[in-house]
Order: sequence, then structure tokens, then C-alpha cells
Amino acid sequence: MKKTYRFLGVIGLLGLLIVGLSACGSRKALSQQDVLTNDKASKTITWGVKADTKLFGLMDVKDNTIKGFDADIATAITKKILGKDGKAKFVQVTSQTRIPLLKNGNIDAIIATMTITPEREKQVDFSNSYFDAGQSLLVKKGSSIKSVKDLNKAGTKVIGVTGANSVANIKKYAPKAQVLELSDYAQAMTALKSGQGVALTTDNGILYGMASQNPGYQVVGGAFTKEPYGIAINKGQGPFKKEVNRALKEIEADGTYNRILKKWFGNVAGFNYKEASR
Amino acid sequence: MLYILTHYWSELIQGLGYTLLSSIIALIFSTIIGTMFAIFEVLPNRAMQIIGRVYIEIFRNIPLLVIAMFFYVIIPMYVAKIDGFTAGTIGLTIYTSSFIAETVRAGILAVDDGQMEGARANGMSYWQAMRFIVLPQAFKIVIPPLGNQFINLVKNSSVLAFVAGFDLMYQGNSIASLSLDTINSYVVVGLFYLVITLPLSYYMRHLEKRLA
Repeated sequence: MKKTYRFLGVIGLLGLLIVGLSACGSRKALSQQDVLTNDKASKTITWGVKADTKLFGLMDVKDNTIKGFDADIATAITKKILGKDGKAKFVQVTSQTRIPLLKNGNIDAIIATMTITPEREKQVDFSNSYFDAGQSLLVKKGSSIKSVKDLNKAGTKVIGVTGANSVANIKKYAPKAQVLELSDYAQAMTALKSGQGVALTTDNGILYGMASQNPGYQVVGGAFTKEPYGIAINKGQGPFKKEVNRALKEIEADGTYNRILKKWFGNVAGFNYKEASR
Repeated sequence: MLYILTHYWSELIQGLGYTLLSSIIALIFSTIIGTMFAIFEVLPNRAMQIIGRVYIEIFRNIPLLVIAMFFYVIIPMYVAKIDGFTAGTIGLTIYTSSFIAETVRAGILAVDDGQMEGARANGMSYWQAMRFIVLPQAFKIVIPPLGNQFINLVKNSSVLAFVAGFDLMYQGNSIASLSLDTINSYVVVGLFYLVITLPLSYYMRHLEKRLA
């Protein structure tokens, strides 16, 4: 009898734990407040950016700042919204952490090589696209893999990054290949180098950055998807979204956008500047 | 939460399978290797003691993730092609074995010296005395801390997620990013870990009662 009570006690405790945990999810918090008003008061916009992605957002260990295309665009947009003395604060995110951080209100917007997809649009709002990316493949020079079709064989291992849209895509374009999901791009690159997979797949912008860092590797097959990057903003932040879109249009019109694009991609071999400029 | 369970059931079961498999392999081998190095440490032979000490101190003091990444990245480059699951399980085995060695060594030292001396006086060899007299008593003493190590081992198997080992945590990350429902995904993964660790915990307690 005593044992039964104890058992019921354990079950009850577990039940409480689950209820408690799910309650965390439904509570309304920081994320419900108006971002634009808060940011205007503090003269700061907090952006979630990548810190492990060359050309888009990379941590510079010398001065501990994140530098890249995303970071520069974010700074330019911040200045357009808040004026000259507006400050862009950067918080490092990964593909996995960016949506939870945005939902918690830790960051105001995500500008982290994030593709606009219908599934994500259910969770967050997107600005107009700020970069036309597409998925491609990075392989070792001299590899027999020439395009995504070559991957569609049983036993072929392809490396992707957890939380990235590219993993779902490769399952569609090469359903027979096995996808290994690693936690970030640095690890994925390391896994490619150590031969855990024959190709690394993600957006071409990122792959160009990796290829320029690792001379033994090249991007092949061209882009096989259209995946425009957007700036993600919490649902219900209409005024802030409108401001971001306006600022984006302005920096495209006054040449700031093209200047930043040239600064980061001007020297990358194989990058089509004419097609990407606005 | 029900949605995650029903919609990603096959992924979760696959993850549970890989986690269980990795845990069982690591549990068996880390117990064997751990006991071996524990004996090395108490042998009346200076060289063996040093070997035991060095092994334990190295692997006990390096993060598990680093050991796993070593086997995932370095070994395939220079030695042999091993996949994430193998690399992670090897890392987990070695890491846990160093802790088990320390635990078992404490158990051996807790057995009264008289036991060994008595066994030797009755004509047993050192190894016979160790195998039949000292170790059985030592294991009885260390069951509670050993149970801790086993539970830690199951939880530490989540390191497989970082080397693409298809375990529960890997599937959890994947489901969280697919469903975009982070909280419920990890709650479900947590419950699946409990499915393994709770019975293990109760079994260790049962063993403790039966043998003590």
C-alpha cells in the first residue's frame, strides 16, 4: 500500500513538472511590448546576428565585434530608423536559437542569413527580402559530385546544419542521401574536412565565404533553390516592421546597400555582383 | 505536446533506440575498462599505477564534448573512417570509464586489507584474491555511486547530438527546428530520457537493497 502511494506521488510530481514547463510557453512577456517605442526610447535596436558565418556575420576576436554583410545592413537600417546616434546592438544567434531568442524578447529582430519560408512565417513576420540567396553545394576540389543530382544515391552522406532550411531541401532534392545535421557551420566544415560527408549544403552566400577561407574546397552545381533572406520580427510588431521595410528601401535607393554588398562580396570568386545589386 | 509526440513519433523512437544502444554499449565497456584501470591503480607495481593515474586524469579532466569531437574529426582524418555514432559512443565510453575507475578504486580501497591478506594466506594468487574476494565486496560498496555514473552516462549520451549520432537529443534539435515548437520538443525529449533513466535508477536502488 505504501509503495502504491509512493508511486502515485512520483507520477503526480511528473505531472506537475510538465504542467509547469508548458505554462512557461504560454506566458506573455517582453515580446508583447511594442519594440519600436522601446527602441526609440533607448536609441538602440538589438539584432540577432550570426557570429560564425564569414561574409555575413563573423566574430572578430581582435576587438570582439561581429562583422559582416548582415551586421552592416543592420547598422545601416538602425541609423535610418533611429537617426545618426542610433546604436545597433548585436547578439550572437545560431539557426537553432534565433527564433526562441526573438520570441523571448531578447532580440528585436533577426538578421542572420534567415530564409523566408511559409513555415517560419507562421511563427514570425518577415521584412522584404534583403538578399537573394539560393542553396548550393560545397565539395572538395576534384570531387565526383558535380550537382545535387549526384547526391541522390543511397549511402551518400551530406552535411547540413540543424535548424537550417537547407536540410529540409536536400531531403527533397536528393531523398536517397543521408543528411548529417551538425550544430553550426564551423563544425559542419570540420566534418566535411574529416570526410564525414561528401558535400556540405547550405545557402551559396555562406558557402562562398567558406570556399574563400578553405582553398581546397569549391562551390559546385550553382543554386538549385531560390531562398531570399529576410529580417525576422515578432508577430504583432507592425509599426516596427513597417519602419524596417522603409529603411531597407531607403538604403537600396541611396546606394548604401550596393556599397555594403561590394564591400563584402566584391572579391569573392564566382559571385554575381550585377545580379545581386539593387 | 501531443502533436510533437504523434507527428514525430518515428524520429523519437529512432532517437530513443540510438540513445539506448549507445548507452548500453558504453555502459558495458566503460565498466570493464573502468574496473581494469581501477585495478591498475591499486596494483603493487609503480609503472601500472602511473599508467592508471595518467589515463584517469586525462580523460576525467577533459570535457566529454572535446573527446567526442576528437574521435569524430581527428580519427577519420588520420586513422579510420568512423561515423558520428561510433565516435560519440567511443568518447562516451572512455570518458565514463575514467569516472568508473575512480569509483571502483575507492571501493577496492574500502575493502579491509585483511581480506586480501587472508585470501593470500589461504593459498590464493593475487588475481584470484582480487577476482573472488576483493572485487565482489568492492562492487557491493560502490553500487550507489556507480548508479550515479550510469545515470550520468545515459544523460551524457546526448553528446551524440553534436557529432550527428542520431540520438534523442539530435532528434530533439531537429524536431525543434522543424516544428519551431522549441519548448514542447525538449519537454518530450526530456520525458523520453526519463523513460530510460527512471527504471535504471529504480533498478540500481533495488540492487543496493538486495545486496546490502
